[in-house]
Amino acid sequence: MKISVTVNGTVHESDVEPRTLLVHYIREALALTGTNIGCDTSSCGACSVHIDGEAVKSCTVLAVQADGAQVTTIEGMATDGVLHPMQQAFMENHGLQCGYCTPGMVMAATSLLKENPHPSEEEVRIGLEGNLCRCTGYHNIVKSVLACAAGD
Amino acid sequence: MTVIDDRPATVLGSRMLRREDPALLTGEAKYTNDLNLPGALHLALARSPYAHARILSVDLSAALAAPGVVAAYSGADLTGLWAAPMPCAWPVTADMKNPAHYPVAVGKAAYVGDAVAVVLATSEVAARDAIELIDVQYEPLPAVVDLEDALSDRIVIHDELGTNKSYQWDLKIEGHDGAIDEAFAAAAYTVKDRYIQQRLLPMAMEPRAVAAVPQPFGGDITLYSSTQVPHILKIMSAITLGIPEHQLRVTTPAVGGGFGSKLNVYAEELLCLALARKHKLPVRWNEERGENAVATIHGRGQIQDMELAADADGKIIAVRVRILGDMGAYLQLVTPGIPILGAFLYAGVYDIPMYDFSCTSVFTTLTPTDAYRGAGRPEATYAIERAVDSLAHKMGIDPMDLRERNFIRKDQFPYTAMTGLTYDSGDHLAAAQMAAGLADYAGVRARQATQNVPGATKRLGIGQASYFEMCGLAPSRVLASLNYSAGGWEAATVRVLPTNKIQVVTGTAPHGQGHETSWSMIVADKLGVAPEDIDVLHSDTAIAPLGLDTYGSRSLAVGGVAIAMACDKVIDKAKKIAAHQLEANEDDLEFAGGAFTVKGSPDKSMPLAAIAFAAFTAHDLPDGLEPNLEAHVTYDPPNFSWPFGTHICTVEVDVETGHVKVLQYVAVDDCGTQVNPMIVEGQVHGGVIQGLAQALFEVAEYDTDGNLRNASLAEYLVPAASDVPSLTLGHTITPSPTNQLGVKGIGEAGTIGAAPAVINAIVDALSGLGVDDVLMPASPQTVWATIQAAIPKTPSNGDSK
Amino acid sequence: MIPAAFDYVRAGSAAEAISLIGQHGEDAKFLAGGHSLLPLMKLRLASPSVLVDIGRVSDLSYIRDAGDHIAIGALTRHMDVETSAVLKEHVPLLAHAAGYVGDPQVRHRGTLGGTIAHADPASDLPATTLALGATYVAQGPNGTREIAAADFYQGFLESALEPDEMLTEIRVPKMGGAGWSFQKFNRRAQDWAIVGVAAWRSNGSSGVALVNMGSTPILASAVSTALFGGASVADAAQLAADDAEPQADLNASTEYRTHLAKVLVRRALEEASK
Repeated sequence: MKISVTVNGTVHESDVEPRTLLVHYIREALALTGTNIGCDTSSCGACSVHIDGEAVKSCTVLAVQADGAQVTTIEGMATDGVLHPMQQAFMENHGLQCGYCTPGMVMAATSLLKENPHPSEEEVRIGLEGNLCRCTGYHNIVKSVLACAAGD
Repeated sequence: MTVIDDRPATVLGSRMLRREDPALLTGEAKYTNDLNLPGALHLALARSPYAHARILSVDLSAALAAPGVVAAYSGADLTGLWAAPMPCAWPVTADMKNPAHYPVAVGKAAYVGDAVAVVLATSEVAARDAIELIDVQYEPLPAVVDLEDALSDRIVIHDELGTNKSYQWDLKIEGHDGAIDEAFAAAAYTVKDRYIQQRLLPMAMEPRAVAAVPQPFGGDITLYSSTQVPHILKIMSAITLGIPEHQLRVTTPAVGGGFGSKLNVYAEELLCLALARKHKLPVRWNEERGENAVATIHGRGQIQDMELAADADGKIIAVRVRILGDMGAYLQLVTPGIPILGAFLYAGVYDIPMYDFSCTSVFTTLTPTDAYRGAGRPEATYAIERAVDSLAHKMGIDPMDLRERNFIRKDQFPYTAMTGLTYDSGDHLAAAQMAAGLADYAGVRARQATQNVPGATKRLGIGQASYFEMCGLAPSRVLASLNYSAGGWEAATVRVLPTNKIQVVTGTAPHGQGHETSWSMIVADKLGVAPEDIDVLHSDTAIAPLGLDTYGSRSLAVGGVAIAMACDKVIDKAKKIAAHQLEANEDDLEFAGGAFTVKGSPDKSMPLAAIAFAAFTAHDLPDGLEPNLEAHVTYDPPNFSWPFGTHICTVEVDVETGHVKVLQYVAVDDCGTQVNPMIVEGQVHGGVIQGLAQALFEVAEYDTDGNLRNASLAEYLVPAASDVPSLTLGHTITPSPTNQLGVKGIGEAGTIGAAPAVINAIVDALSGLGVDDVLMPASPQTVWATIQAAIPKTPSNGDSK
Repeated sequence: MIPAAFDYVRAGSAAEAISLIGQHGEDAKFLAGGHSLLPLMKLRLASPSVLVDIGRVSDLSYIRDAGDHIAIGALTRHMDVETSAVLKEHVPLLAHAAGYVGDPQVRHRGTLGGTIAHADPASDLPATTLALGATYVAQGPNGTREIAAADFYQGFLESALEPDEMLTEIRVPKMGGAGWSFQKFNRRAQDWAIVGVAAWRSNGSSGVALVNMGSTPILASAVSTALFGGASVADAAQLAADDAEPQADLNASTEYRTHLAKVLVRRALEEASK
């Protein structure tokens, strides 16, 4: 089936099998491998991207469902060689170690702040309930998001 | 009084941001499954749905006829590809039983997930679809899930062994045998408890991925793998497959966490290599999470029978330990050695004169176990720290007080334990006191008196764990005495390029630890150059041919020290060049700030940049000096390193639902000198939450037929940010006296301290209800059921503790 | 993990969707947000031959004040239910409970109609709308009909919807200032409830429904009857599981589930009585 998806500002016209998941479309058809796959059960959030500005798990969306949508992946966050403030906050607060969950965390965290620009620590923790990390114990991820919200 | 510190600011010890981060944050970093390999065949595996079954037949015809399928093989079809069975590098005893283990099972499947056939196809989807078409006929056999049942040999899993017992390993101190019995008989207090170390799934966020890329005409082959151990993997793969070692290159792109689970030689790595050679095409495999749950090693899996004897003052005089270890169906790379890594630590941080340890390990029809964060040491620490609380409870004294009575005192270091190991440094009392202060230990005790009244719904508890960690694996001679098949050294090369940029080549293999940042800090400090002028090369056996990789909190304490030593050798050589060119005596030269200066003549100076260029042009070097400015060091540590610390956890238990809320978690860790405190803290955070997850959330749930019932991240409860607390950290710094950096290691400390601290806190909260132990994970249902079971034991008036 | 192959058709309206599902027969399924169906398809626990995508039927995403009740389009996403000012004012229990569904990413895609039509007893909003006495509107080839929530759930993942019927609207009575509580007990925030309770109370009336206490969402009628008869909250809560048939799973035995239901119903009623 023919679809037209705008990914990181570029329009892509593609012919996909209906069963193609958005995450596979992004990684394989568009070669944007920053979006990772960590589970089979919509549990880990590693594959989070934005559809029309909101975080979704791209393993639980068909590419055909994204037809006509604006998709942003981690590759679309830094502009002109400058990290997005959330990426910068993760770096400054050591919010990542192995980095595998990180693209999904950054996408979930930016979506969270869009909906709640000044969250409490508890709101950040609850807001990231759909993203698993095995390295950081979340302490510095939460700190990163709070720092970004505070504009530090 | 004002002290002006006019020493130059040093990079070492600063919170330098990680150079690894921009690539990881932007998606630029490539993990193994991100690699673009045109023409690669995709491997998929048919896995046994039975824990124990004879394989009667494997019909591949339908799979072979499926679209995109290039080849399909049963285990029997592949036996010609293996020069040796899959490796176990740690035969802990001479008579250890080790069943032959091949990448694809032949004759019998011994756990759910054991590979029974493989497919190669032109796409991953085609390969996985074809797996569904393979018809394997099985004769199911009874599963062996329970460790004591396994030990009974009621059902023998590996017919050729005649038993399920793999080995018995004893650490008995000469002369202690009878004396220990007498000590227990005469002791004022004894405790005897059984603790269960449940099986855990490591669940690194990146599932494993492998790609083997051959050069059919040259004979060389490159293996990309999501591994912690490229060097060990290269050697073991060469042996197992009969590939000449010099023709095999192993390299790891970015690796998304390991926690011990990628410290192995796996069937899929050997299959990709063997089939890439056979088909003369790249072969790749990406693990799905459901496969990861059954086909990647598990951790822990022990029954611990723990006994302490103490005198009337609570001075512990003897410890006796009996371990029953779960090997799983086969011995993977270091499976049998995991309990042995803990064998020396069942006396914990205490001055205990008598020691008796014995471990018996058995096969079960479950996924093989192997190293998981802490590997043996969290198990040991859990047992001693739970037992100390149990003893304190029996004596009616505060556990903190009992610990203080038994700590190895600061003035006793270096302390040679009765196990024969020498603890080089420590100050347990200082760490415990700092933790108690941060946790407001006395305040929580006071609140307990008012909160934990009879009928209270929410009960408050506080629990402590003090630990010694044996890490920095390890002196090669000690490893030899333990029958480990490799050494414990690490290699480093430091190379000053002609333009004064530095290349550091390390044998460590980071997968999240930030080695590139930390190693550059060490070198910057040593050579007086800017960290950004230093490149750290690693994880590719063509670039860093020597190394023993990353596990056991060894990278800094062995690999980092090797780098510092290589810097010293570079400085020594540079000094010869500087002395020659400055026409000075070497002894008159000082090296500081990246330049040599003649003492007393500050104008006579030569910067490293000039020396590097001089070494490159070789126009005017001292006679006999080779024209380069680089040094190589292979460092074998003289001792383990001994990080230590105290963790204190405060919980509130909802007695009605069994829910445990962690109110505060304090970790005071001493890893010696800190190269980068930011990275140290990150390691502690992650380790603590992983240990807390063992205490509260995680267990591999097997049914009696050997089926893993929670083989996904939806059911295996890796906690999220919403489910865990923020952490309060403190540090004491007791530099290691055995290496020039004073470093010890911090990768596993958090995990080691957390599980006993959390469980001690829960038991403390509930002790007034008659609860004296709770199984891990302390799920709400488990806690509730434990309270229900204890209620009849409660005196009617309760107590207020 | 990728689903088995299927054909995909897209509907522009409810009528078209119903016509398409009629054409493609029993193996066809509606696809709304996909957050109930796609996970099952990835694990190949469901393999429909045709998906009729109703995600673009934009006129089914709304939240309207309809006098005595609030009318919610079936394709309204959880996030929109959670943040709706109209619902926060008139049906705060539903808005609040919607914030507990899955995680934010799930709530950005999953729809109220989707979760109700899926009829999973472990989901939060089927039980919540049941407690609230909601009415569901279904559209089929022969027009629309109303189904009371109490009549809708017929078995595990089975509803009163005919195969060619589509849920189009959820009508939830205004709560009129009734006290309420939503208790979700789980081990990780993102997971399904081990046991959940949605409850409201106003004068003598009350509604209490249980999540994950049987093969369907369970209306705890015995609790409401007892309260109406003047029983104390503590006594009424003891009847919490009388209408339930809890199953054992990895997180809870039937005994523990039953116990939890009583504790959580009591806590919910205490909160709703404040």
